[in-house]
Amino acid sequence: MFYREAGQFKPSYEADQQIFPIIQDRVGIAIIIAFAALVVPMIASEYWLNSILVPVLIFSLAAIGLNILTGYAGQLSLGSAAFMAVGAFGAYNFMLRIDGMPFLVALVLGGLAAAAVGVVFGLPSLRIKGFYLAVATLAAQFFIVWALVKFPWFSNHSTSGVITAQDIVILGFAFDGPVAKYLLTLAIVIVLALMAKNLVRTSTGRSWMAVRDMDVAAEVIGIRPMRTKLIAFAVSSFYCGVAGGLYAFTYLGTVEPEGFNLDLSFRILFMIIIGGVGSIMGSFLGAAFIVLLPIFMNVMMHGLLGDYISASFGSNLELMIFGGLIIFFLIVEPHGLARLWQIGKEKLRLWPFPH
Amino acid sequence: MEIKKTVMLGALVTGTLAAGVAMAAEQFIGLPSYRVGAYAAGGSGIFGGWIDYMNLINERDGGVGGVKLVYEECETEYNNARGVECYERMKNKGETGNSMFSPLSTGITYSVLDKVPDDKIPLVTIGYGRTDAADGRVFPWVFPLITTYWSQATTMIKYIESKEGELKGKKIVLLYHDSAYGKEPHAVLDKMAAAKGFEVTKIAVAHPGNEQQSQWLQIRQIRPDWVILWGWGVMNPTALKAAAKTGFSRAKMLGVWWSGAEEDTIPAGSAAKGFTAAGFNVAGAEYPVIKDIKKHVYGKDKGNMEDESRVGSVYYNRGVVHGIIAVEAIRKAQEKFGQGKALTGEQVRWGYENLDIDDKRLAELGAAGFMPALKTSCMDHEGSGKVKYQTWDGAKWKVVTDWIDADKQLVRGMIEESAAKYAQEKGITPRDCSKEM
Repeated sequence: MFYREAGQFKPSYEADQQIFPIIQDRVGIAIIIAFAALVVPMIASEYWLNSILVPVLIFSLAAIGLNILTGYAGQLSLGSAAFMAVGAFGAYNFMLRIDGMPFLVALVLGGLAAAAVGVVFGLPSLRIKGFYLAVATLAAQFFIVWALVKFPWFSNHSTSGVITAQDIVILGFAFDGPVAKYLLTLAIVIVLALMAKNLVRTSTGRSWMAVRDMDVAAEVIGIRPMRTKLIAFAVSSFYCGVAGGLYAFTYLGTVEPEGFNLDLSFRILFMIIIGGVGSIMGSFLGAAFIVLLPIFMNVMMHGLLGDYISASFGSNLELMIFGGLIIFFLIVEPHGLARLWQIGKEKLRLWPFPH
Repeated sequence: MEIKKTVMLGALVTGTLAAGVAMAAEQFIGLPSYRVGAYAAGGSGIFGGWIDYMNLINERDGGVGGVKLVYEECETEYNNARGVECYERMKNKGETGNSMFSPLSTGITYSVLDKVPDDKIPLVTIGYGRTDAADGRVFPWVFPLITTYWSQATTMIKYIESKEGELKGKKIVLLYHDSAYGKEPHAVLDKMAAAKGFEVTKIAVAHPGNEQQSQWLQIRQIRPDWVILWGWGVMNPTALKAAAKTGFSRAKMLGVWWSGAEEDTIPAGSAAKGFTAAGFNVAGAEYPVIKDIKKHVYGKDKGNMEDESRVGSVYYNRGVVHGIIAVEAIRKAQEKFGQGKALTGEQVRWGYENLDIDDKRLAELGAAGFMPALKTSCMDHEGSGKVKYQTWDGAKWKVVTDWIDADKQLVRGMIEESAAKYAQEKGITPRDCSKEM
């Protein structure tokens, strides 16, 4: 009843081509953004901003990056964390080595560096597919982390290979508090997410999906697979790179190459599998699920049940429940949380007269 | 949590009087532990020992100066992001907030390094973490106590020197975990090699290190006089087994303190016999402090270790060392800021900076020979630099040296240089230690 598009006519091409063609969606997104930008900073504590909301936003961005590559262009990748590392170390080095480098420019340059590296490691995708490609991107994962440890130049000759992000100052305003960092992250993530949402509807996005669905057929209708796949690698790595830059600058502040290990790549992959492969919305849902659930369970196990079960048992139980829930969700809804959301929307459209 | 039970019980029994029971001061200590994953052996042993020691203080002495120690664990899985979340979650818990943070992970240490000055929580990293934080002028909130990786590397060379006499022309191989941790000793060893005229070859082992064929082939070709094993986790038993297969004498292998626990040698079986490793604490359950824990904590069935046979192992005792230092820091801070009430992180920090655990105090604590004497100051947040060496006799660790001092002059110079660079990068003005009280 409330969520229906009947009566919403699209008199012009512009109206038809909007990102959110239905007014309820537009209003809904505007309310969510307004809530996140205006209400959340007022009600959320430092703990919530610093260690829950900011990482969820950053991982959403990384998941969008991987979703572009895996969900839209169909190229399986296990190197997301490494591309995040390139973005983080890239942004750090641009800030360090060029005097007066503005933060946002450094972040974008870090992302571009990641994109360049992504294209290089995307080259094998022209010849190999599926799981074999995953193995090739695994090489990126190991090589990049190894290179960042091996060559001290990347970490400005720090003995331990650890970098400390510089302070963020944009137009004279220092983003140092949790609220400021949260808002900065939020702004960047919203802009990039909207860009991604738009990008997947353009001819580029459509050619990605064509390649994903059947690359021979795509080639027959005139899509150049090499260009398409490499663009997907570049855009995906750019998103991961920016996420990595934010990870270093607005979240942790200090990062080491080992922080961007295979484990993190897998977690980003789980995010898009749980959230929904080939969905921007799903990237957010998946990131929230994978980041929040372990924290929630940890609070349960050690905080509320801490008196009754031993700490080791509690910690192991957390992992078991987490794994069990992932399997449960995949059985109940193999297309991810985004699909649940879609089903919900369809039901709402018919409600309250489903027949 | 304990207090909740007390309150409820008290309310049931004595009604309104319960409020008085609940008012007893409590010092909150947040423990970012890890009990799952690849490093669970270290995490469960060390945090278990620490918790047992705090329970000993509560049970035997009724707390520190009348203040009970309460704790809560937060599982980090040795993961930086989770560690930061734990840090943020625990920082405002308890009456006065978290009084110290010891993540037992160099990665998490780095991740919270910039946060601790703002939150006024001392970051205590015993035997790991950022080495140059030993310069307390630049890092007032960070305490890499007892000894650092750089100090340890110098003691290793001293130990080898004591066995070999003259180091000139000797060949030493550093077999290291290919990570930031494994690269810590490089600069120190290079400097010492140049000064003493030995040759050092660094051979990396990729994480996790369960495949070392090619490295040991290389070692066989080099024919070194000594191999320093700078490993972690599964890399250690693998190296010992590979050495046995290659025919390299384990008596000529020297391990870092993260290579020298029962968890490293027992899986290697007989191949570990004769292997020597460093430690800033020793193994053994015969020390009075461990006996007290067995009597007062395990005797009342309040022990934290699920496997009681691990009490007295290297990791467990390392946890007890963490506990001893934490309690002594609180005690010291209470001398200045008053007993009977919970202290803030800032006050506990003062306690850490003015620690003076001499041999007499260690004997009182029942820990003579168990850990080195420790004296910190505004300048020196390391406090000791001493390690002992222990040899695995096939069944247990046996102490083979007295406390060996680090080459303070060399290490201190490097620490100050590195800390000054950090200060410059971050725009920190080092404290003037003559003005600190």
